[in-house]
Amino acid sequence: MALPTYTFDAIIIGAGGAGMRAALALAESGAQVALVSKVFPTRSHTVSAQGGITCALGNVHPDDWRWHMYDTVKGSDYIGDQDSIEYMCEVGPQVVYELEHMGLPFSRLDNGRIYQRPFGGQSKDFGGDQAARTCAAADRTGHALLHTLYQRNLAEKTNVFSEWFALDLVKAADGQGFAGVIAMNIESGEAVFLHARAIIFATGGAGRIYQSTTNALINTGDGIGMAIRAGLPVQDIEMWQFHPTGIAGAGVLVTEGCRGEGGYLINKNGERFMERYAPHAKDLASRDVVARAMSLELRGGNGYDINGVSCVKLKLDHLGAELINSRLPGIRELSITFAGVDPIREPIPVVPTCHYMMGGIPTNRFGQVINVDAKGKEEVLEGLYAVGECACVSVHGANRLGGNSLLDLVVFGRAAGLDVKEKIRDLPLKSVTEAELDAAMSRLNRWDNTREGESVSQIRFEMQKTMQEDFGVFRTGEHMQQGLDKLLQLQQRLNHAAFTDHSRVFNTSRIEALELDNLMATALATAHAALYRTESRGAHSREDFPKRDDAKWLTHTVYHGEGNRMSTRAVNMKPLHVKPFEPKERVY
Amino acid sequence: MSEAMRTVKFKIYRFNPEVDIKPSMKDYELTIPDKQDMMLLEAILRIKALDDSLAFRRSCREGVCGSDGMNINGRNGLACVTLLSSLKQPIELRPLPGLPVIRDLVVDMKVFFEQYAKVKPYLINNDPPPAKERLQSPAERKKLDGLYECILCACCSTSCPSFWWNPEKFIGPAGLLQAYRFIADSRDTAKVERLEGLTDPFSVFRCRGVMNCVEVCPKGLNPTRAIGHIRSELLAEGN
Repeated sequence: MALPTYTFDAIIIGAGGAGMRAALALAESGAQVALVSKVFPTRSHTVSAQGGITCALGNVHPDDWRWHMYDTVKGSDYIGDQDSIEYMCEVGPQVVYELEHMGLPFSRLDNGRIYQRPFGGQSKDFGGDQAARTCAAADRTGHALLHTLYQRNLAEKTNVFSEWFALDLVKAADGQGFAGVIAMNIESGEAVFLHARAIIFATGGAGRIYQSTTNALINTGDGIGMAIRAGLPVQDIEMWQFHPTGIAGAGVLVTEGCRGEGGYLINKNGERFMERYAPHAKDLASRDVVARAMSLELRGGNGYDINGVSCVKLKLDHLGAELINSRLPGIRELSITFAGVDPIREPIPVVPTCHYMMGGIPTNRFGQVINVDAKGKEEVLEGLYAVGECACVSVHGANRLGGNSLLDLVVFGRAAGLDVKEKIRDLPLKSVTEAELDAAMSRLNRWDNTREGESVSQIRFEMQKTMQEDFGVFRTGEHMQQGLDKLLQLQQRLNHAAFTDHSRVFNTSRIEALELDNLMATALATAHAALYRTESRGAHSREDFPKRDDAKWLTHTVYHGEGNRMSTRAVNMKPLHVKPFEPKERVY
Repeated sequence: MSEAMRTVKFKIYRFNPEVDIKPSMKDYELTIPDKQDMMLLEAILRIKALDDSLAFRRSCREGVCGSDGMNINGRNGLACVTLLSSLKQPIELRPLPGLPVIRDLVVDMKVFFEQYAKVKPYLINNDPPPAKERLQSPAERKKLDGLYECILCACCSTSCPSFWWNPEKFIGPAGLLQAYRFIADSRDTAKVERLEGLTDPFSVFRCRGVMNCVEVCPKGLNPTRAIGHIRSELLAEGN
């Protein structure tokens, strides 16, 4: 049966902040663009971002994008690529002004300028006093940003394929790159071939590899899975951020902006323990630092016990009702709903919770995907892009700073869109063979033709449990090896798993099965990379290798799906306009 | 000692167009620890682990993405922010009323999004933008509070009798809330044109002030008040 084919100049997979910003960059190009999303665009996970978007506007105090760059390089524990970080921090203000011009309802200062609040890891003058650099729309910045981008796309009449699920990349007939993707219309259940000159992956994160995560249920690493199956590498995938303040039990995020506004963490003795761990920045130290401090407090028996869950608490009541209601209204709502606690009166129970994937598909600062072959030879793949959380450009390195993810989305979504716009006439529409189409359809066919087997939910549960237990805030080689062995068995079981409902129309179990393939690929890559990096850096904290080892590991790790092989790749230490920031000891 | 358990009863609307001639209500039971409360969405996810043919939408599971709007014991709401303990059993779950059902709890939201798009829900300002941000005072910005937070879950519009009767002509509470969000924005320059687009007898004036929208909004927003402001503006403009 021939597969229906739709042809476009460019297809964008994912309609979160990165995908929708890329679509806008292409809107006036005259190119035929399809924005493909497995959920209606405003259901994308960008909507859950709270605290803000960081850039040096200097609205609260004199500021400089180079200071932001310094903080980001330091925050990355020196494995962020300095050319990309430089580009992001330098262009940041312009990109945020564009969002404002599009209508994003930022909170305001008395002089009418965009409100900026302090966030973790921010400094003035290269490591000096705390800065206030994160632009905010109350504590709903992601919602405001995502809706604004969707609204702009409505105005520009972007062609949105809403509730379409991308299955796999299709290789070009000549073996040079990719000709398009197979995607499924979820409502009808039918698969089609989307044929395009340019493909932009903006598929977001994969926090659902863990049991407890701030991530939406849709964050299943679809781009990571597709890349690995297509033979592409993923980079620094061992680097998972645990956000200090997920609501205990529920996993729902409480923004770092709470601490930016003056909130702080306490243990069961009422002690503001961050003063011991980070005497200078205290509660506004980097997220990896705060998450480790919390874990040590819990381990030392200093946690509260809430229904059997050990946690610390985030104290806000001293800030007063007026500030909480104006600056943190969403947090108050979430806290009342999910913790049964009104932060105006009582502190919120919180635990470090899986939040963000620093690693991803390696790209340059234009969003172009970089292939790395078995011998370490690098090649830019013309026509294939990755932006946002699924990409590793790499601006976050081993630890992302708060407020830098929304910036990453719009800066690199825009950059990729502009790059495609410039090149679209020169990019060929590559021909395909039936064999390559069949290969990309094989996964769906496998699931559709399996009538009996273990359930998707059982395997997913065991995978999430393994990741939670063996690849958390603190890691050891022994436990990770056990975890990896378990994952390899689970992968075998997954190859024979089945769902029972084989109808076509809006069959969400079919989608969940396809998503689990992607989650498993991401989990396995994480496990291999985490065992490979025998040091502690940023979010990757090994008890058997507690020190940072710059002589050996001031480098990206690269995972190759074929044979589960690992290699390294040099970090870019060559910014274009400033002197490089040399690695030094990271103290907050 | 094993933990004391209890059974929670559900009746869920089922319809699969490939096999069913008409919809039916199916009974489900879930056994959970006696003392444990949970969000309705969590319960539905557990039911799906037992019966994978059940279809519904979900994403953020924290009340900000608007995916899991459904009719819960006769009232529209989000499953992810509704506690089981707040619901009388058997818990009856149906798709949002007034929209075509695609399958089970999944409705076709096309007409809802078309009404939203009709109000031009984007900032219009054809003046060349300044080099930095357009200025807006905190007082001007405050006028957007209670408007911009909408998550497009459709709980309001699908609880509105006027929208049920005229879904193609009455914009409905969600769309009108956003219409006012841009009318109220000090940076927008298209107020007159926006109001002119709303003068016909249906777009705004089919609102009969039933206020179901206010009653069900999971974000605590007040579309009826926004509609009232639009009406006042229309009168002030002499339309």
